[in-house]
Amino acid sequence: MSGGDNAEEDPVNPEGLAVYTKDLVRRYGTTTAVDGIDLSIPRGEVYGFLGPNGAGKSTLIRVLCTLLRPTAGRVLVAGYDVAERPEEVRLRIGVALQEAALDPRQSGRELLVLQGRLYGLSTSEIRGRLRDVLDLVDIAEAIDRRIATYSGGMKRRLDLAAALVHNPEVLFLDEPTTGLDPESRSHVWAEVRRLNAELGITIFLTTQYLEEADILADRVGIINQGRLIAEGSPDVLKHSMGEDLIVAEVEGDGDGALVALRSLGMVSAASRHGDRIVIATPDGPAAISPVALQLGHFGLEVRSITLRSPTLDDVFRELTGTRIETAAAR
Amino acid sequence: MTAEPTTIRGREAGYLRDLSTVAGRALRQIPREPLAVLPAVFVPAFFYAVNLGALENLARGAPGFSYKAFLLPMAIAFAVTGMSRAQMLVTDVVDGYFDRLCLTPVRRSALLLGLMAADVVVILALCLPVLAIGFGIGVRFSTGFAGVLVFLGFSALWGLAFTGFPYAVALKTGSPAAVSATYVVFFPLFFLSDAVVPKPVLTGWFSTIATYNPVTYLLAALRSLISGGWQPNALVEGLAALTGLLVVSMSFALFALRGRTNRGA
Repeated sequence: MSGGDNAEEDPVNPEGLAVYTKDLVRRYGTTTAVDGIDLSIPRGEVYGFLGPNGAGKSTLIRVLCTLLRPTAGRVLVAGYDVAERPEEVRLRIGVALQEAALDPRQSGRELLVLQGRLYGLSTSEIRGRLRDVLDLVDIAEAIDRRIATYSGGMKRRLDLAAALVHNPEVLFLDEPTTGLDPESRSHVWAEVRRLNAELGITIFLTTQYLEEADILADRVGIINQGRLIAEGSPDVLKHSMGEDLIVAEVEGDGDGALVALRSLGMVSAASRHGDRIVIATPDGPAAISPVALQLGHFGLEVRSITLRSPTLDDVFRELTGTRIETAAAR
Repeated sequence: MTAEPTTIRGREAGYLRDLSTVAGRALRQIPREPLAVLPAVFVPAFFYAVNLGALENLARGAPGFSYKAFLLPMAIAFAVTGMSRAQMLVTDVVDGYFDRLCLTPVRRSALLLGLMAADVVVILALCLPVLAIGFGIGVRFSTGFAGVLVFLGFSALWGLAFTGFPYAVALKTGSPAAVSATYVVFFPLFFLSDAVVPKPVLTGWFSTIATYNPVTYLLAALRSLISGGWQPNALVEGLAALTGLLVVSMSFALFALRGRTNRGA
């Protein structure tokens, strides 16, 4: 698991990829928001970009969508360079930004028709596409109402419909479920899966929700402080932590406990984060008793001990020493 | 329900379609927000009536001078000044909808010029009730129907020339309050001219400022069409003043648009 290893060398045909970046840097003044990111995303993939708030996700997506020019590096989207041919990129991408960017004074239908006109579609093409996208995003009942009357979930769905009117090759979703209730969130997830499975649209989504990346993405890139620190399928990333995790809440210093734990044959890694000790092991049920004994042996008072499968948050914590939620709050 | 793949793809729409799409959206909002437009009819009608009531008797002594005709251009200029979609634009910037439009293949200049095209339609529509009031109280055009059309053209050009300033502020600041404040620019422009009393009556510093104020030449051109017959000098001077103002305000607006859509590096 190493950040962007697959893009260390130019692929044979970067123009054939949905998204390709090489040494992408974006600075705001003296602040570096995106710092040397390499991506190679084939067509038809759902790629999840996971990281805390302020990690550089939105900046990256704004570069890929042509709203920002890269400070350095090469960036191709749908085969076109975003710096040299932004107009070609815009024709081929659909974008739903973090805050549903809609005009509340228009009706949903007016907004979608306007979107279709700006993409050069004829009246009959727009009519057909509206039928298609309204089926996809399930908002037909409200389509003639003013957008100002829509709920947050409906606005997100309309935003998604607007991003799809011109039948894009690559769809960018910037935190598509942030602020949504669980029901609306699962609705969006279902739509994303259908778009990818039935229409073959490449989907690049950013998220700060571990579950979202885990459920939706074929591959996940983890970003922290502007750098890609890990990349791979969710399963591969999680299994890199070991098959199981034992998490112990403890009190006391327990000097030497970690070294002793690591020396147990069935423990592949052990680390301490405040009062929590996290032990990775290929066989959790077999390891939990020896681990508990070892902790007691070093004078640690064990308040609780649990056995569970690794999550992407564990991967993030292993790589950065902090949890995504903690990093987001900083 | 299974989605069917489609062969329809996005393509460039063409500049005229970009313009008409942006303008059409702006015009659709007008009947939904009548309070944004109605004051532009009532306020100039009010000032027209008040000024007539207060000053017409003073002007009665001048032979062949109609104060009603003299004051009508002031009412028109009052009606159309500041009639812009700049508030709509700044709201789009604040709401993020401007970004969504920038994600489409629309030409950046069409995002501004489309709104200005809508402004011209609104301005012409606003001239009609004020002209109707003038006709209703007996004002007649010595240049006939052609003069009315030229009058409307000058009014539209003035409205367009002024409207560049609020657009520039909207794009530069993204602040609705700042856009509202640009209307303040109108007052010195307007009242430091011969809007209410004829230029020969003005004296001292006021007369000097009025001489360099483009509004003076706008009003002179409009008045010539009503009561002076075809006067090429007045029309050319008016056109030159408005063109100069238009170049300045459009430069500000286009520069601000470039700044807003500049993707940085």
